[in-house]
Amino acid sequence: MSKINFLKPDKQNLSTYLYTGSFLFFIAVFDVFLSSFFKINITSFLPNFVSFLLPLILGIIGLHLVRIEFSGIKNLDLLNKNINTSTFNAVLTLLIIFIIIKSIPPIMSWFILDANIAGDTKEACTGSGACWTYIKIWLRRFVYGMYPNDLQWRINISFILLIALAFVGYFPSEKLRKFLTLYYVVIYPIIAFVLIYYLISGGAFGLEWVETGAWGGLSLTFIVSFFCLIFCFPVGMFLALGRRSELPTLRYISVGFIEFWRGVPLITVLFMSSVMFPMFLPEDFFMDKLVRVIIAISLFEAAYVAEVIRGGLQALPRGQYDAAKSLGMGYWKMHIFVILPQALKLVIPGIANTFLALVKDTPLIFVVGLLEIVGMLNLAKTNPKWLGFAMEGYVFAAIIFWIICYAMSRYSYNLEIKYKTER
Amino acid sequence: MSDKIIEMKNVNKWFGDFQVLKDVNLDVNQKQKIVVCGPSGSGKSTLIRCINRLEEHQKGSIIVDGNELTEDTKNIEKIRAEVGMVFQQFNLFPHLSILDNCTLAPIWVKKMPKKQAEELAMNELKKVQIVDQAKKFPGQLSGGQQQRSAIARALCMEPKIMLFDEPTSALDPEMIKEVLDAMVSLAKGGMTMIVVTHEMGFAKEVADEVIFMDEGMIVEKQPTKQFFANPKNDRTKLFLSQIL
Repeated sequence: MSKINFLKPDKQNLSTYLYTGSFLFFIAVFDVFLSSFFKINITSFLPNFVSFLLPLILGIIGLHLVRIEFSGIKNLDLLNKNINTSTFNAVLTLLIIFIIIKSIPPIMSWFILDANIAGDTKEACTGSGACWTYIKIWLRRFVYGMYPNDLQWRINISFILLIALAFVGYFPSEKLRKFLTLYYVVIYPIIAFVLIYYLISGGAFGLEWVETGAWGGLSLTFIVSFFCLIFCFPVGMFLALGRRSELPTLRYISVGFIEFWRGVPLITVLFMSSVMFPMFLPEDFFMDKLVRVIIAISLFEAAYVAEVIRGGLQALPRGQYDAAKSLGMGYWKMHIFVILPQALKLVIPGIANTFLALVKDTPLIFVVGLLEIVGMLNLAKTNPKWLGFAMEGYVFAAIIFWIICYAMSRYSYNLEIKYKTER
Repeated sequence: MSDKIIEMKNVNKWFGDFQVLKDVNLDVNQKQKIVVCGPSGSGKSTLIRCINRLEEHQKGSIIVDGNELTEDTKNIEKIRAEVGMVFQQFNLFPHLSILDNCTLAPIWVKKMPKKQAEELAMNELKKVQIVDQAKKFPGQLSGGQQQRSAIARALCMEPKIMLFDEPTSALDPEMIKEVLDAMVSLAKGGMTMIVVTHEMGFAKEVADEVIFMDEGMIVEKQPTKQFFANPKNDRTKLFLSQIL
């Protein structure tokens, strides 16, 4: 056995360094664990300051001792190569581990251990944690807004149908694939509009009429984002093509349109759509506020989508245009069969990005008095019987939005993989 | 001279201030094979791209199969459907299989029934010997196979004229032969061909006439044998001495 030098760990005394190092590291983590979960400070006999820093010091020494190059142990080498390359990295690693351990107990206690869900008044919430009772009682309002309780099945059914139809994109045979764009751009929006118009709005087939002012909550979030998504996409596509057109008039109109909508804040657009726009309409012409809002957001987002798609069009080599033209294809055939399928595939991530932003912009429709989920939360938190639960509400909304957005991003990622071809 | 299929008269073209084609006159008869050679930047590619109006000429006239090339889009599309083109970079459509690449234009431009188009495509793919790759995507094929597919794709439109724009320049040496073989057998089948290439062996084998271009002008135009045996122009001589 050669001489042990603790300042320069080497391979000769591998197991000694390894055991001492791991022992010190685990002591450090264990100390933080105890103080975090059980409020026990095993180093309380030391001065306050030292006691506080001790886990970090022990951890640094421990990680220093195991920092042996080419030890021959696979996991240790992996550790040293990735997170234990230097003392600085060791400190960062330790701090992250400690912060995670420290933050688990308070989060757990707020979310679950000290939270309340029983009862149906504010008084039932006695714990120091979250008051999920509030969410439970208001859930119907958060999801359906002011939509009458006994008619809510209509919303449920139309959403289930719409989701089912959206997944058609997953199953087409090779033969039907080329109609997919047509389906999503033209057929699907029409089906969706008919469904929502007749089923949710009602007024025909013996279904009771529910005015759009009563719509709200999560279902309104879905309706607004959904229609904006499917309208802004084709509009954006035509704008992108228009901006690259050889006809100057068309090009300038497209550029002007895009730059106008990209230059104004969404909140102004919404305000205009509800306050200014009706002034320009004839007296007897009525357009629902929700429809106006959807059109406004769609046009706004279309400008962004147009620029994303233009990026894809520009990424295509000129040879693709040449080849299509040389086969005698005209402008539309060339774009529908050759250019757009490739360009759109390239910009799936960019479009998903824009769409996610759109979904998260929908709460802004509160400025025109439409209350989707965040709007309903704001309403509920000012209810005199339920004051003081804003935190729960916002956490709830954040979780809901995260789920929606994560699902969308996974969907786009799957599409990306599905339509991937080698160049 | 009714068998003249391409007539170019005093064709001039500028890219900005730079004149690429200077008073080019060229007549091509039916079933004639013409090889165009010359140093890079001499306007060879531009010349043949003008024939199906991938580039517009600014002065002079080009008449292809009795139709003059003008602004009229419908007319241009009609001519393009009759003039096949093969590019240096293959330009296959990467999102479609080889078979779909071949059937796309016949189905949507010539309104051919899908069955018939597929039969035609398989037939053309058989001629260039890649019928077994029909279901694959362009990215899965070698350069030589891609270029042969591109030839088959152009032939599926049953063109009267084939234009080749340096078809072998982007290929590895060992793949050049398979593409040239396909072109030779196409030439033997009686196709009218205009080929921009540096492959002088190919020119000697199939060309009826060889054109040498320099600085946007046709410097020399001779039947193949004379062209190689006794070129008249000094620049042609210099070019040939460097390339052969």
